[in-house]
Amino acid sequence: MKGKMYDYGNVNESQPDESLIVEMKNIHKSFDYVEVLKGVSIRVHKGENLVVLGKSGSGKSVLIKCIVGLVYPDEGEVYVFGNNISELNYRTLNKIRVKIGFLFQSAALYDSMTVRENLAFPLKHHNKKLSNNEVGIVIDEALDNVGLQDAAEKMPSELSGGMSKRIGLARTLILNPEIMLYDEPTTGLDTGTAKEISELIVHLQKKNKISSIIITHDMACAKITADRIVMLKDGMIYAEGKYEELAASEDEWVKSFFS
Amino acid sequence: MKTIEHQKTFEEPGYLKKIFTGTGDFIYFTSRFFKEVLKPPYFLKETIRQCFQIGYKSLPLVAVTAFIIGLVLTLQSRPSLVQFGAESLLPGMISVSIIREIGPVITAIICAGKIGSAIGAELGSMRVTEQIEAMEVSAINPYKYLVVTRVLATTCMIPLLIVFTDAIGLYGSYTAMNIHSDIGLQRFFSEALNHLDFSDILPALIKSIFFGFATGIIGCYKGYNAKGGTESVGRAANAAVVSASLAIFVIDMIVVQITDFL
Repeated sequence: MKGKMYDYGNVNESQPDESLIVEMKNIHKSFDYVEVLKGVSIRVHKGENLVVLGKSGSGKSVLIKCIVGLVYPDEGEVYVFGNNISELNYRTLNKIRVKIGFLFQSAALYDSMTVRENLAFPLKHHNKKLSNNEVGIVIDEALDNVGLQDAAEKMPSELSGGMSKRIGLARTLILNPEIMLYDEPTTGLDTGTAKEISELIVHLQKKNKISSIIITHDMACAKITADRIVMLKDGMIYAEGKYEELAASEDEWVKSFFS
Repeated sequence: MKTIEHQKTFEEPGYLKKIFTGTGDFIYFTSRFFKEVLKPPYFLKETIRQCFQIGYKSLPLVAVTAFIIGLVLTLQSRPSLVQFGAESLLPGMISVSIIREIGPVITAIICAGKIGSAIGAELGSMRVTEQIEAMEVSAINPYKYLVVTRVLATTCMIPLLIVFTDAIGLYGSYTAMNIHSDIGLQRFFSEALNHLDFSDILPALIKSIFFGFATGIIGCYKGYNAKGGTESVGRAANAAVVSASLAIFVIDMIVVQITDFL
């Protein structure tokens, strides 16, 4: 096995690192009396694409929700740009959140707004000095980036799954985030569309030079997007390494993902 | 490979604890409204949009109900008054009934059904489809955008709808009066309003503001805190209607006691 195997609950300690963008230390989280995360520690560096792999219910989504303060850990610390998320007040947390993009599994488009309004809403909220004309230009550019220039006046209910994901991505990227968090970006999509979305993630990551954490159980997506993979099992890190290293693993559980 | 057991043991909270926790959550949710309503940004456009949705779009339903209530109330009260030769008191009696009690309570109950359920279902649906979380991670305060705007709209619009109900209800009563006797519109309203004084109108107006606030905040609370899948949307809408209706009767009873005392 070439990928690094972890003992349950281990914390990966090392020296302070300037390029470190996200650091999660020994995260524990429980819901409805079930412990979902059991001492997970993760580090993400600038410009890195980290894929978190695991089966459903392994705590992957909870992990990235801790990064944006949607969920607070019961134990452990989450540092984003050197700030401990649990200790920030709402205002400071929001300043950090502007630098983080989050693509939800369902894309989470506001269903009472058109695509254009969906994109304009966060943009206008955070850039009050922008004129309507300037907002229009930025929106057109964002839609162009995801290849959906013609969808601006559509309602979310008129979009396919793949289109919704692209629009969700455009809405997230419109604020120029420094970190992107993707919660199962290819779930529910056909193989072709899933590949397109995965390639779009890599293309936009390179174009905008952002770090990404991608939560998935889609191996094709992981292969295309991952610089490094962390594998979660029962709320704990089970294995870590590059795609090729983990693909060559002799461990039965790790092999079950790559077979 | 070494295995370390991290499983913790928890105790399921009791029924009483759940009630206290729920009450505490609701008090926090409501107090947050007063904190957030004064702070910018104000989302004025969204508040006006909600006023339109809540107020203008409820007009037909409220108008039809008010007209029928005024009409039926007059038709059913008339025989008793005729028996005592007091038919001339009918406009005054109807106006006091409608303006003091029936208008505000019936309108508020209709609004709890129509508006409370709509708010509960809309916010519940936004919660389960992660739209509220999407707003949160975009650094937009969802409480301010979704809750404050809706509660302001219900607090402003339901009292206006109640005033509208009172007027249409009296017109319904005038129509019913004209089935059995011949009375002019001006004389009917003159007699109806002569029996009213400030102590009839002010408590009704005050309680209608509380009705509006209760409908909005309960609908938002139930929807905003919906948990689980799509079935929780229906649960939130249902709970919003039931709780808001109950709250309206409780508020009515309290306001009546206070105004009687004063």
